[in-house]
Amino acid sequence: MFDRIREKLEILADAAKYDVSCSSSGSNRKNLNKGLGDAEGMGICHTYTEDGRCVSLLKILLTNHCIYDCAFCVSRRSNDIKRAAFTVDEVVELTMNFYRRNYIEGLFLSSGIFKDGDYTMERLLRIVKKLRVEEKFNGYIHLKTIPGASPELLKEAGLYADRMSINLEMPTELGLKLLAPEKSHEDVKRPLDLIHKSIIQLKDEKALIKSTPKFVPAGQSTQMVIGATPESDKEIMHTADKFYKDYSLKRVYYSGYIPISHDNRLPVIGSQPPLIRENRLYQTDWLMRFYGFDVKEILNDANPNLDVDIDPKLSWALRNLDQFPVDINTAEYQMILRVPGIGVGSAKKIVQARQFGNLRMDQLKKIGISFNRAKHFIRYADSPIKLNDFEAGHIKGIILSESKSKYLKTPVNQLSLF
Amino acid sequence: MEIYVFDGALEGLLTAIFDSYERKAMQVNVVSSDRYLPDVFQESHLVISSDNKANRVWKGLRKKLDTDWMKKFYNSFLSEQPDLFQDLFDFARYIFDNPAGAETNFGNNCVLSVSQMERKVHREKHRMEAFIRFQQTADGIFYAHIEPDYNVLPLISDHFRKRYADQKWIIFDLKRKYGLFFDLEKVEEITFDFTAEMSSNLNTLPAQVLDPKEELYSLLWKDYFRSTNIPARKNMKLHIQHVPKRYWKYLSEKQM
Ligand code: SF4
Repeated sequence: MFDRIREKLEILADAAKYDVSCSSSGSNRKNLNKGLGDAEGMGICHTYTEDGRCVSLLKILLTNHCIYDCAFCVSRRSNDIKRAAFTVDEVVELTMNFYRRNYIEGLFLSSGIFKDGDYTMERLLRIVKKLRVEEKFNGYIHLKTIPGASPELLKEAGLYADRMSINLEMPTELGLKLLAPEKSHEDVKRPLDLIHKSIIQLKDEKALIKSTPKFVPAGQSTQMVIGATPESDKEIMHTADKFYKDYSLKRVYYSGYIPISHDNRLPVIGSQPPLIRENRLYQTDWLMRFYGFDVKEILNDANPNLDVDIDPKLSWALRNLDQFPVDINTAEYQMILRVPGIGVGSAKKIVQARQFGNLRMDQLKKIGISFNRAKHFIRYADSPIKLNDFEAGHIKGIILSESKSKYLKTPVNQLSLF
Repeated sequence: MEIYVFDGALEGLLTAIFDSYERKAMQVNVVSSDRYLPDVFQESHLVISSDNKANRVWKGLRKKLDTDWMKKFYNSFLSEQPDLFQDLFDFARYIFDNPAGAETNFGNNCVLSVSQMERKVHREKHRMEAFIRFQQTADGIFYAHIEPDYNVLPLISDHFRKRYADQKWIIFDLKRKYGLFFDLEKVEEITFDFTAEMSSNLNTLPAQVLDPKEELYSLLWKDYFRSTNIPARKNMKLHIQHVPKRYWKYLSEKQM
C-alpha cells in the first residue's frame, strides 16, 4: 500500500513540476467553520526546490495518462513513460495530511486528459468538492482547467477553487500549431472568457445579495513556454499584455523550456533552459504590473528583444536618457519609480522623507536604494556638479563593471538555438 | 550623558522613557540590567518598571502613531537586540518631541533603524510560519519546535490558531524555553520542556510518542520535495538564499 502511494506521488509530482505557477496568495477564504486551513493572507513558500523555486502547494497531476500528443509535454501520448492515476480519496488524504503538518498552503491539481475533457474535469471537481464540503478544508486550491470540458463543470469547479488556470502553452498560435496541432489559443480563450465573465457576474450579484458564493476569488492565470518556438520577446510580452487586459488575469507565467524530447521541432535534450531570458521576461512583467510601464515602451519594433546583459528597466533608462536626471527632491513618484536602482519601497520612502527636507546621498543610501546604479540618473541635495553628460554606452559600461552580475558568468545560449 | 538601567522588558523600556521626561534628561543611554557593567565614573539611574508609567507612555505614543507603527515598535522590541533598545528609546522621544508625522522621516537614524529592525523581525516571523513542520503524536497533538533569532512566538500565535482550528498543536521555542499550546479553544503559554525526550536529531520526537502514520507522511513529503526538483535548473546559491542553512534542521525534507 505505502509503496504504491509513494510511486504514484513520485510519477505524478514529477509530471506536474513543469507548471511554474506557485502562487498561493490573493484568496479571501477565512476559516469560519472551525475546519482546517485559512487562505486569506499572503501566500507562503514552505520550502524551495534546489533550483530555487517556491514550494507552496502540493502540485500534482490526477493522472499522466493523456489522449493528446503535445510535443513539449512529458505526459504526451507517444512518450514511453510509466503511467499512474490517483483516486479521489488519495488526493484528498494527501492534501489534508500535508496541510496539517504545515508542509503546504494547499493543492495545485492538474491532469492529463483521460478519455475526454469532461471525464477528467468531472474527477477534478469531485476532489475539490470533497475537500471543501466533507473535509471543511479552507486552504488554497488551484485547479487546472481541462481543455474541452463543458461550461457547467467549469462553472461548478469555480465555486470551490481559489484560482483557475489554463495554459496558453506557446506565445503565438503559430508556435502552438507547430508543437500541438490538436490545440489552439481559441480553446484557451473560451474557458478564460467563461470564468472571467462569471467572476464579474458574481461580483455584481454580491453587491446586491450578501450570500452569493465565492467564485475563483484569487482569479485566473496562464502560462507560456518560452524558447521552444522562435517567438521574439516582443511577441511574448504583447500576448501577455493582451491576456492581462482581455481576461483580467492575475498572473502570466513564463516557463523556460526544458528539453524533454528528441522531437526535431524542439531544442535538443541537454541544452540549457533559457533562464536569463525567462528572468528578463518576469522583470518586464513586473514593470508592467507595478511600475506603470506600458509594454510598448519596453518592447517595440525597434527593440523586439530584451537585453541579456542588463535588466529591462536599466535598458529603458539608457534608451531614454533625455528623461534624466530625475531630481529626487522634486520629481513625481511615478518618475522616481523609473530610476534604475530604485524599487517601489524606497520610492515611497523617498517621497515621504523628503517632506522633512532635501535628501542627501547618505540618506538615500540608508533608505536602501542601489546607489551605484541610481547615481547616474538622479540629482539630490548634495549631488556633485557634473562637468559633462555621459552617454548611454558609457553609463552601461560603468554599471556593468561595478555590478558583478551573476548572469554574465552563466553561458548565454538560449538565442543560439535558432 | 546619563545611563538608565532597566529590566529588559517592554514595560521597563517604556518606564525609562517616562523617567527621562520626569528627570528632564537630555542625553540618555539605555541598557538592560543583564548587560550593565557598573562604572564608578558614570552616573546611572535604575529604572523601576511601573505599569502606570509604561501605560502612560504607550497611550501617548498611540496618540501620535497609527496601529501599524505601534506594531512596528512592538515587533522591533521583540528582536531583543541591545542596540535596538537605544533606538526605540530615541525613536519614542523623537516622536514625542516633534509634530505629528515625524515617523515618516526616513532620513532620521532612529526612524530608519526601528523600521529596518521591524522588517527583520517580520521576516523571521514569516519564516517561522513557513518552516514549522508539525509531527503528529500518538495522542493526536501536532508538535513542532523552533529556535528563532528573535522572540516571534507572540507574533505567530494568531496565524496558527486561525489555520489549525480543528487540531491541537504545540509550538515550542527551544532557545527561550517556552511554547504555545492550542487546545481547540484557546492558545496558552506553556513552559514544559520536551527536549529531554528528544533524539539528537533536532526535529524528531521519539518514535514511541508519534502517530504510526507520521513516518509515512514525512517520507511522502521528502519524496515530494525530491521529485518536484528540476535538475536542469539547479541553482544552489538561490536555494540557500531562500532557505538559509540555519533553518535546515527544522525542515524534515532536509533530513535525508
Ligand atoms: S493535453 Fe496537456 S497533458 Fe496532454 S499532452 Fe498536451 S499538454 Fe500534456
